[in-house]
Amino acid sequence: MSPAAATAATAAATAESHGFLSPTGVEIAFLLVGLVTLGAAVITVTTRQLVHAALWLVVALGGLAVEYLLLTAEFIAWVQVLIYVGSVVVLLLFGLMLTKAPIGRSPDADSRNRPVALAVALLAAAALVWVVVDAFRTTVIDLDGAAQGSTDVTGSILFRHWVLPFEALSVLLLAALIGAIVLSRKKAAEDTTASPATDPHEDAPTPEGDR
Amino acid sequence: MTTTTLAVLVPLLPFLGAVAGLLFGHRVPGLVRPLAVLPTLTALLLAVLVAVRQGGGRAVDAATELTPTGSVPVELALHIDGFAALVAVLVGVVASCVQIYSTGYLREDPRYPSYAALVSLFTSAMLLVVYSGDLMVLLVGWEIMGICSYFLVGHYWETPEARAASLKAFLVTKLGDVPFLIGLFALAADTGSFRVTTILARVADGGLDHPTLIALLLLAGVAGKSAQFPLHTWLPDAMAGPTPVSALIHAATMVAAGVYFVARLLPVFATSGAALVVLAVMAAVTMAGSALAALAQDDIKRVLAYSTIGQLGYMTGALAVGDRGAAVFHLLSHGAFKALLFLAAGVIIHVAGTNSLAAMSRMKGLRDRVPDAYWTMTVALLALAAIPPFSGFFSKEAVLGAAEHAATGHAVAPTAAGWIVLVAGLLAALLTAAYATRLWLLAFHGRGTEAPDHGRQPVAMTAVLWVLAIPSLAFGLSVGVLPDWFDGGSLTPTLTTSVLGTGLALIGALVTYGAWRHTTALAARVPMGAVAASPGGDGGAVEAEAIATHRPAYGDVASAPDPADPGRLLLGPVHRHAAAGFRLDAVYTALFVRPVQAAARLVRFLDREVVDTYVRGAGTAPRWLGAAVRRAQTGNVQTYLSALLAGTVVLAVAAVLVATAGA
Amino acid sequence: MHLHLAYPAVLAALLFCVGVYGVLARRNAILVLMSVELMLNAVNLNLVAFDVWLRDSLHAGQALTLFTIAIAAAEIGIGLAIVLAVYRNRGSSAVDELRDTAESAAEEPDPAQEPRQAKPSQKAEATA
Repeated sequence: MSPAAATAATAAATAESHGFLSPTGVEIAFLLVGLVTLGAAVITVTTRQLVHAALWLVVALGGLAVEYLLLTAEFIAWVQVLIYVGSVVVLLLFGLMLTKAPIGRSPDADSRNRPVALAVALLAAAALVWVVVDAFRTTVIDLDGAAQGSTDVTGSILFRHWVLPFEALSVLLLAALIGAIVLSRKKAAEDTTASPATDPHEDAPTPEGDR
Repeated sequence: MTTTTLAVLVPLLPFLGAVAGLLFGHRVPGLVRPLAVLPTLTALLLAVLVAVRQGGGRAVDAATELTPTGSVPVELALHIDGFAALVAVLVGVVASCVQIYSTGYLREDPRYPSYAALVSLFTSAMLLVVYSGDLMVLLVGWEIMGICSYFLVGHYWETPEARAASLKAFLVTKLGDVPFLIGLFALAADTGSFRVTTILARVADGGLDHPTLIALLLLAGVAGKSAQFPLHTWLPDAMAGPTPVSALIHAATMVAAGVYFVARLLPVFATSGAALVVLAVMAAVTMAGSALAALAQDDIKRVLAYSTIGQLGYMTGALAVGDRGAAVFHLLSHGAFKALLFLAAGVIIHVAGTNSLAAMSRMKGLRDRVPDAYWTMTVALLALAAIPPFSGFFSKEAVLGAAEHAATGHAVAPTAAGWIVLVAGLLAALLTAAYATRLWLLAFHGRGTEAPDHGRQPVAMTAVLWVLAIPSLAFGLSVGVLPDWFDGGSLTPTLTTSVLGTGLALIGALVTYGAWRHTTALAARVPMGAVAASPGGDGGAVEAEAIATHRPAYGDVASAPDPADPGRLLLGPVHRHAAAGFRLDAVYTALFVRPVQAAARLVRFLDREVVDTYVRGAGTAPRWLGAAVRRAQTGNVQTYLSALLAGTVVLAVAAVLVATAGA
Repeated sequence: MHLHLAYPAVLAALLFCVGVYGVLARRNAILVLMSVELMLNAVNLNLVAFDVWLRDSLHAGQALTLFTIAIAAAEIGIGLAIVLAVYRNRGSSAVDELRDTAESAAEEPDPAQEPRQAKPSQKAEATA
């Protein structure tokens, strides 16, 4: 974070002089963290141990939080850590536990669709990378100057310009909350009365089955 | 009411009667007979009234154009001259007689309501043809008659003969109707109108560009409808219909339509000498051939059918020599006596229980069973044989006189036509008398077992015979008055042709009598049974049975192996061919039926093997495709999503490529 | 200090494709949900990177990122509830066994799928 102020003209002038062969420190850091993130993501979608997948997801999401920091988006980074790492992954882990996911390697973690999925993913990756590199090969982000994603900035724009969507979002969250409760409450009642319903190996109709 | 209104009502009443009969006939059985008889009788009265008012004077013309139809207007037009007025009266008389006769003849037939309605429709169509002043409207009636003849000839559709005969009648007349229609269009194209009056006026101005072509095309239709060689073969087979239908078709309606049409448009034909010669040859071949065939037939109705063909030959002969007065005169007298002959033959068939002359010649006392039929038929046969003073004599002599007139070069027609008609007419006069005599002798002077007793015939049937006997006897007396109604040419017999014709007729009769005397002794030695007597039934039922049993009994629908037949002696080796109608049917089979069947087989093959292959392929390919697509419907969301995303990537790449290529 | 835009963009693209692969290849519904999270995060990275590059005065990218995170949280809640419901009804959370929309099984007999399919449907009836 150099304190020197740079005008747009100089930024444009320097952009041409910066090639991939002379990376800055930020770029090196971004690249390394990015590799870690990508590796963690790949492991997440390929590992045969379900719980490990969730833990590798934590690494990937944490890595992303670091990338946000490198992009000077501090607030987003902390929100990422709080919400994703803190709650989403925990929720997923609970989900795994509630569905009795096997601990250890499960041989059928991947479906038979895997080759097709691989082909589609590789094709999409090739196309996207090609397009993105082709378009932004020489474009550079100037990170000098005040942080663009500090809590101060984010808070002010969020409550100055984005208040209405923000409130609408709160309604959405409320709806999701209620929805999740409704979806799980029925089962909660069932769980207490008829636990065999959750047992995949017991399919005899219970007395309550025909309610 | 004006004459025009009356004239419109004449064809309309039987038509309404037919519609009402078809609508209510089965529901209200009591209405059927009044609905059949009364409209026809009223139409007859109106036709007489129209004739009286017209009086042979100026033609009544009226026309209204309902709607513009394109280049040549089609109008609802009346054109009533003396010919039309008198022919309409004849149609009315015969149709009324036939309707009254049918109430007795078919009194137990379950299909009588529809039969009566169709006869009414037939009558209406013929009256339309007679009165119409527009050729397109005339064609409507012409075709309605064709379809009605199909239904009526096929009245006994349970028998294969009737089915075949009705189809044959329809198809053979259609064979002529197609050129007829083209001829009408050609005529309209040349003259710019379908109106008879306009056409005749244009022809008088010499405005016809293709007279021979038009005349020959029209002649094809006339030959089909009027049963002229070579399109006459449907008529003998049409005897499979009930006898009243035969009387109607042969005497007054369908077959008369062709002759009447030519008479009405004679100036068109007269512009082409070639057409007249063709007509003359046609008439000559028809007269001679049909008379020979009539001499060999065993079925009494087939004898009469061939005789009809021959008499129509006389009429076309008269037209060929350019004398339509004589033609229509013979049409009128022939209509009366031929209707009488058929109706009497129906009575005889009913009583004898057979239609075979061979079987009748082995019955004693048939004439005592049906004195009415005997006497009236004698009168009619004398008229047919042209013995003075019966009506047939006058009309036939008028034809022969006209032919002589033309042969000596005193008429518009070519001399050749005159000679052809004259010679053939005289030969036919001889043969006509011969087969008339043969019919009379075989039917009424049989020897052998007693004829079966079927009780008295219904009055409705016998009374009609006497009504029709009056014109057969006395219509000839009108010979002095008729020219006023027609073109004005004299119709009185000339001495030469009278002596020649009557002499030949007498010779024919006497020779036949001699032959009969010679052969009748054989009859006792060769028994010919197979009398299909079922005394309980009405005439129609007996006749249907007789027709159905003729082929099983005698091996052929037309002839019987009877050595006692004088016709066999007279004709000698020709008899075999004459009985089969000179094998014209075989010619038709080779010329038309076989090629059509071969073409049908080809089409069938193409349809089954070629077209259907594509049809089946059109079904099979989507089924295979569907099976393939069905395999893709695994229900696995991931598969679907994979396909979706793969497609998205491909589209995105394509879009980028297009965008960069355009840049 | 500067950063090539290509780095975050390429990283986001690759992460997204990894997520796609996970969504398409994983059997367990919860793993599929994780892959969805990866895809969402890839989009978030893109939003942030472009927002920073463009110096947007409204910071629309960051605001949208926040919204996306909130929506993702809601989505994961609802999604897990659905997965749990399915698991309770069918005894399994395998995505490729939810084949009720397939053509009738008689058309395409699949011995591997048949017994598994029969059992969940009975279950569904029993708990309905």
